[in-house]
Amino acid sequence: MSATQKTSRTPRRYGMVIDLDRCTGCGACVIACAAENNVAPGAARENDRNSISLLRVFTLNNPTAAGRRTAFLPMMCMQCEHETPCVTVCPQQAVELDVLSGIVEQMPQRCLGCRYCMTACPYHARSFNWGDPSWPAGMEATLNPAVAPRMRGVVEKCDFCQSRLHAAQDAAAVNGSLDPGIYTPACVEACPTQAITFGDWNDPEGALAKSGETFAWLEGLGTQPKVRYRSGQNWLHEMAERGGAAPAKEERHG
Amino acid sequence: MRVLIAFLLGLAGSLAFGWWGFPQLLYQREPQPLQYNHKIHIEKGSMECSSCHEVAADGQFAGIPRTASCGACHAEPLGKTEAEKILVTSYVAPERELDWKVYSRQPMNVRFSHAVHVNKAAMKCEECHGGRGSATAAEPFYRNRVTGESRNVWGPRMIRVGLKPGEGMKMSDCESCHEQKGVSAGCLGCHR
Repeated sequence: MSATQKTSRTPRRYGMVIDLDRCTGCGACVIACAAENNVAPGAARENDRNSISLLRVFTLNNPTAAGRRTAFLPMMCMQCEHETPCVTVCPQQAVELDVLSGIVEQMPQRCLGCRYCMTACPYHARSFNWGDPSWPAGMEATLNPAVAPRMRGVVEKCDFCQSRLHAAQDAAAVNGSLDPGIYTPACVEACPTQAITFGDWNDPEGALAKSGETFAWLEGLGTQPKVRYRSGQNWLHEMAERGGAAPAKEERHG
Repeated sequence: MRVLIAFLLGLAGSLAFGWWGFPQLLYQREPQPLQYNHKIHIEKGSMECSSCHEVAADGQFAGIPRTASCGACHAEPLGKTEAEKILVTSYVAPERELDWKVYSRQPMNVRFSHAVHVNKAAMKCEECHGGRGSATAAEPFYRNRVTGESRNVWGPRMIRVGLKPGEGMKMSDCESCHEQKGVSAGCLGCHR
């Protein structure tokens, strides 16, 4: 943002802390996300690789422990802050890191569908619309009017429920402010175990600051994700460094 | 000389087609369901824009009011005009909604916050909607046959020069105002 641009909005760095010890893998967040963001039900041809999934829950198994442990890993766009890979590679400037919210924004209208960002994203958090979205007859009535459906040929991803940020901003504007404050994305609202905490990393008194020791998935890449995890289990910390891959052989036997 | 005349005739024909003929083909005229007089409501009814088009406490803009709010005053005909009679007998009494064509309706990927512009930035309605509030008749709505959008989004003339407030509601019109005032909203500030 240039010096001439002014705003009365507080710069925020929205982010999340997901408590992996609390996540039961129920998938309520996945459903809430799809319903909120008008993601059409998958067609018969769709599978894990070509479907639209703004938020996925992975199963993680601990291969080393004597007592086998399983954990669930909800993963959406990590809102990387440093040299955001998708922003860097996009030839269309269809992705940008919003300076006021810290949210990585995706503009479907500018996207040409090259999918370079999908290749660049270390978290595979982006989906491509291989077809136009379609809903079963009657289901259109359940669509969220505040979110425009994406068309065929563009990439989409989690934007921390931008429509809810807009609604929070509208409500704040009535009271003479432009600061949306801390709103609640759909996945956070849906989580029955309250495993997801949403907040502002800039707020020293906020919920994120109080969430204790956290770690990022693939922290070593240096992209500084604003979605972070916490867990008391050491093997999850180790797995996060490797990005979920099994440890190398010598390590496993050593 | 003959070549020059042929050229000028051709040029004039092309310009006439582009500036007059093409818009006739491009836009489809759709009448409003009822003749509505903004001026008489403001002058005789001493109402304001926000009396009917209100921003709710949660910041959501109501847009066109429902028939029920017309019925608050128009339970009985308030005049002798035909439109008045139709309003009461066909819409207010049977509680039917009017199918108003909204001149300023934007494509669905556009988000415009009235709360931010009116409540926070203290802009006047006229700055975007022009003299709509002082019109004495509901002028016909022109729908773009290709995009389905209102002609008011592009503006009344094919050439987009010298547009007055309320003429033209394209992204470039939003942008030029934002630029003048030095306010940036980012992309997803206005898109969804």
